[in-house]
Amino acid sequence: MEITFHLNGEEVTLSGVSPTTTLLDWLREDRYLTGTKEGCNEGDCGACSVMVTDDRGAKALNACLLFLPQLNGKAIRTVEGVSGPDGELHPVQEAMITHHGSQCGFCTPGFVIAMVTAHNNGAKDHDVQLAGNLCRCTGYAPIIRAAEAVEDMPVPAWIAKDAAVREPAPAAQNHTPYAPRSSDELAAAYVQNPEAVLIAGATDVALWVTKGLRDLGDVIFLEGCTDLKQIEITDDQVRLGAMVDMNAMRQAIAPLHPSYGEMIRRYASQQVRGAATLGGNIANGSPIGDNPPALIALGATLHLRQGDTRRSMPLEDFFVAYGKQDRLPGEFVEAVSFARQPDSLRCYKLSKRFDQDISAVLGAFNLTIVDGTVTGARIAFGGMAATPKRASHVEAALLGQPWTPETIRAAQAEFDKDFTPMSDMRASALYRLESARNLLARYYAELNGEIVSVLEVVL
Amino acid sequence: MSALSQSNPGPVAKSLPHDAAKLHVTGAARYVDDIPMPAGCLHLAFGTSTLARGRITAMDLAAVRASAGVVRVLVAQDLPFTNDVSPAAHDEPLLSDGRVHYVGQPLFLVVASSHRAARVAARKGQIDYAEETPILTVDQALAADSRFEDGPRIYQKGDAAAAIAAAPHLVEGVMELGGQEHFYLEGQAALALPQEGGDMLVTSSTQHPTEIQHKVAEAIGVPMHGVRVEIRRMGGGFGGKESQGNALAVSCAIAARATGKPCKMRYDRDDDMVITGKRHDFRISYRAGFGDDGSLSGVEFTHLVRCGWAQDLSLPVADRAMLHADNAYAIPAIRIESHRLKTNTQSATAYRGFGGPQGMVGIERVLDHIAHDLGLDPVTVRQINYYDAPEAAKSAAKQGGAAPRPAASPRSSSGKKKDNTTPYGMEVSDFELHGMTARLLETSDYQARRAEIAAWNKTQDQLKRGIGFSPVKFGISFTLTHLNQAGALVHVYQDGSIHLNHGGTEMGQGLFQKVAQVAASRFGVGMELVKITATDTAKVPNTSATAASSGTDLNGMAVKAACDTIRDRMAVYLAEHHQCSPASVRFEDGRVIAGGDEMSFEQAASLCYQGRISLSATGFYKTPKVEWDRIKGQGRPFFYFAYGAAVTEVVVDRLSGENRILRCDILHDAGASLNPDLDIGQIEGGYVQGAGWLTTEELVWDGNGRLSTPAPSTYKIPACSDRPDVFNVALWDGQNREDSIYRSKAVGEPPFMLGISAYLALSHAVSAYGEAYPALDAPATAEQLWTTIRRVRDGV
Repeated sequence: MEITFHLNGEEVTLSGVSPTTTLLDWLREDRYLTGTKEGCNEGDCGACSVMVTDDRGAKALNACLLFLPQLNGKAIRTVEGVSGPDGELHPVQEAMITHHGSQCGFCTPGFVIAMVTAHNNGAKDHDVQLAGNLCRCTGYAPIIRAAEAVEDMPVPAWIAKDAAVREPAPAAQNHTPYAPRSSDELAAAYVQNPEAVLIAGATDVALWVTKGLRDLGDVIFLEGCTDLKQIEITDDQVRLGAMVDMNAMRQAIAPLHPSYGEMIRRYASQQVRGAATLGGNIANGSPIGDNPPALIALGATLHLRQGDTRRSMPLEDFFVAYGKQDRLPGEFVEAVSFARQPDSLRCYKLSKRFDQDISAVLGAFNLTIVDGTVTGARIAFGGMAATPKRASHVEAALLGQPWTPETIRAAQAEFDKDFTPMSDMRASALYRLESARNLLARYYAELNGEIVSVLEVVL
Repeated sequence: MSALSQSNPGPVAKSLPHDAAKLHVTGAARYVDDIPMPAGCLHLAFGTSTLARGRITAMDLAAVRASAGVVRVLVAQDLPFTNDVSPAAHDEPLLSDGRVHYVGQPLFLVVASSHRAARVAARKGQIDYAEETPILTVDQALAADSRFEDGPRIYQKGDAAAAIAAAPHLVEGVMELGGQEHFYLEGQAALALPQEGGDMLVTSSTQHPTEIQHKVAEAIGVPMHGVRVEIRRMGGGFGGKESQGNALAVSCAIAARATGKPCKMRYDRDDDMVITGKRHDFRISYRAGFGDDGSLSGVEFTHLVRCGWAQDLSLPVADRAMLHADNAYAIPAIRIESHRLKTNTQSATAYRGFGGPQGMVGIERVLDHIAHDLGLDPVTVRQINYYDAPEAAKSAAKQGGAAPRPAASPRSSSGKKKDNTTPYGMEVSDFELHGMTARLLETSDYQARRAEIAAWNKTQDQLKRGIGFSPVKFGISFTLTHLNQAGALVHVYQDGSIHLNHGGTEMGQGLFQKVAQVAASRFGVGMELVKITATDTAKVPNTSATAASSGTDLNGMAVKAACDTIRDRMAVYLAEHHQCSPASVRFEDGRVIAGGDEMSFEQAASLCYQGRISLSATGFYKTPKVEWDRIKGQGRPFFYFAYGAAVTEVVVDRLSGENRILRCDILHDAGASLNPDLDIGQIEGGYVQGAGWLTTEELVWDGNGRLSTPAPSTYKIPACSDRPDVFNVALWDGQNREDSIYRSKAVGEPPFMLGISAYLALSHAVSAYGEAYPALDAPATAEQLWTTIRRVRDGV
């Protein structure tokens, strides 16, 4: 297949490259653009960040988790392309020098890219924008000072130019079967070749290549299926396409269910969220994916498609057992939908580090309380079982009961019936079970207006 | 002759940016893996053990050899000379000699056409083992008497047991203190270019080029003169590149020698974390006797140090932990017993602070415990136990140590002068912490905040806040005395430009810039005339590792000596030329003034060249006053001490153990700073790294000795939002009382230990949930805090 993109303002066309070559390896090994660094090769450090612009805007992404075909039609800017055509420094670069934002300098190109992208987008929530960039030297303070210093400076013309780049016409290339342009094309291709690996944002699958050193065989890239990126919010329903990325998801969800939005803020990092998709987070069946518990608590429906056959099911039913989902050969996740509802959803994510950490426990609580009585209860957890799982006994103990501390205590006793978590490097079984129990108390306290999170305490 | 002693200090003490800042932000700064390679470069990867302890019974590498792109596969028997990459003890084979000592140990070496091809092939080895029961924990090691050195090392002063027995009060306890992964952003990397006649040019991401040179020379059977090692910069080191780069550099050299091709090796991050050593974890037991006001009369510590499978630098690390068991406190009687335990885990290695942080946490824990039990402000208890200030100590010495102290000086229970010697017999003659503590308490508004926190905590059930103070007194010098030397090479070219070289390495700390500021100042020129060049064993030989915070102290002095030699030669020549005395020739503001004449430095250099004056010189420095007997535990291991103090505030949630640092105030002693902004950068970064060690950074091994946190997805260093929301850092406006380079002080390691204040703040917050002393272990992860709060609050 042929791949065309803009690199630092110049058009590049590639043919005959392995479709699972990462952008990072290609930049460093083929283009000798060694400013982009490999820090971890798994999307956790941000040293390989590049700015990728398409008709949806500019985002910082991890080059180690991007396969070249995902970049077709986009504009890429590496740290080498951040300075102006005559070598003039970008304001971010100037500020990083002035504020001593670099020490060893190895993470710096990734920070510069993340900051340039945030600056381009007018984002000022620097801790969020930079949560995916690790620095071991500075303690971050001087980097934040630099980011704040450039907030109100104009975007340089050479950066703004990337926004004008548009995807080349589909006819110009041989895109199928690897890169379908719609869910219809995808459905046809996948049913023909159900063994193929579907690649959406590649934030998980890329690790099979970079860490697992696997040969993926046939692959199908979903990036071109723009119809799967739709978000529809009506008076009755929210419907999210499988290819909705987590930053778009956050934007859509936050006004409806702020606690879910806040949970997504802490889900991975800006770079990973910019690539990771809702469909991927569900279809990979991970017991520690953060979306499924929240969506299960919202009563979400999963929409699957195989060829021209569609079916729907309650999301919790999709997760059959560890590593086993109710998905047929050639069938793919098309969308998730849930009913519009008054917001009583709270998502509690427990992890060793607040930002960019996989949950030890993710508890999602969605109770309906009418006149002091619990009339609806949907509670789901991640990290507590082999799959994302509802706390059915806990729910039963709450339903129909008065909304009181006694009811909470009684329901807390039911957690043992719902969950037998395991111990691993993230948390012990005891901590998982007991903290899950405690999260119900937190939910009660929060609905009663108490301060329940250390993140709310600001001096 | 010192023509410059009274003149304008030039760029010294200016807050110039890092010398490579522009290269960093444009991506132009080159690290080892960025250097363009000649065609045909080969790439290396290790096949590693999956077993913690045993013997290899069969190694089938056919599939490895058959793997795509593989050029050569080497096992121990294929190595031409020494099979050793240890820094000293000769106990660390590059490739297994048949014994397996930990999960991740290199067994065979793959040489292939690409990095990926080498990695793919390295996983294809079929290894059969005769498995033995691994020794993984300190308990298992003690039970098996598996240790380095014959028995425990013991340093003592007075009779600690008797002092504790006679004291009105006693605390005792045990603390687990976790290790730490360096997580330098640039992983280990090296490349070797074979030269004519069997020589080797090695570029290595190392803090210790001379050791790389030494080990490579041994491995390829040439004298050290046949190996040249160069390094312009590392992407972070933190001690992790003091000895851990040996294996890669030696591998590259051996493979380059075998193939005649350039060879490069870099660890994938997960491999790096599995193969290389980390900070030593400790179990610290303590007993302390004290009076009603918290003044210590005797302390006993036992350090159980998990050293891993090879000795590496464990002995000096464990020694330094003992040397910091007193931290800032004059303890009348103390006994420190240190067990260096050998386990089937990664060989623990140097890490910023080099054992000092672990030793310091021990005594800070003791004082926290004492303050809690007595219901006293922990700061007061610390101040009472501080060493005497030099002024007080001096008068004490004059009056036989028995005179009452002046009213203004710090209190102690007896009102007597203290015996101001450390447990290892060194007089503390530069103690700065009385004044620093007073200033920091004021600027951080400590007392008022402590009261406000107590009031707030009464209104909250789930969340509690806490505030912690900790001081740092950190000894500066290598404890292996002969390492306290450095060399420099300086050239002045006929156009006045200056080529600067020294034995120190740049890992981000700003050493090169600070030393260049010294050079520019000696010649009275601007920084643009000074070219900083890569560390190179062919320019400056026999260097020590850039470690022990000593980089600027040692290399700054060596560079000063070299510059002064050239400058004095120039002065003599120009003085003759202009009929004045050499001492009257001045070098300042880019000008040289001789007699009635004034010229640019460039003109002066040109004149001297034409006058056939040598404009190149070496410089050498050795630290004065240090002498140390590590077996007896007596002497003066340190030239001086660097000081610091921090106040940290945190908030904790009892339901989940979640916690955050809200504010940190630091006052740190960098002496007369050579570059205040760069020093503040070291302090901010050191604090966050130290706080990370004690909070979120948890290394977990499974029951088979496999590291289950081998990647940033599972090992969590602080992220951006983990830094304190309010972060005030100031420099103490003192100067080094010893004659260091421009009276500055070392600043690499000391600020790391300011992070202990975060641990103490967490302990304080936990203590608000109940009566019992928290006895918090580290790292204080959310789960650890949850566990501890449950014990304190519910007795569970």
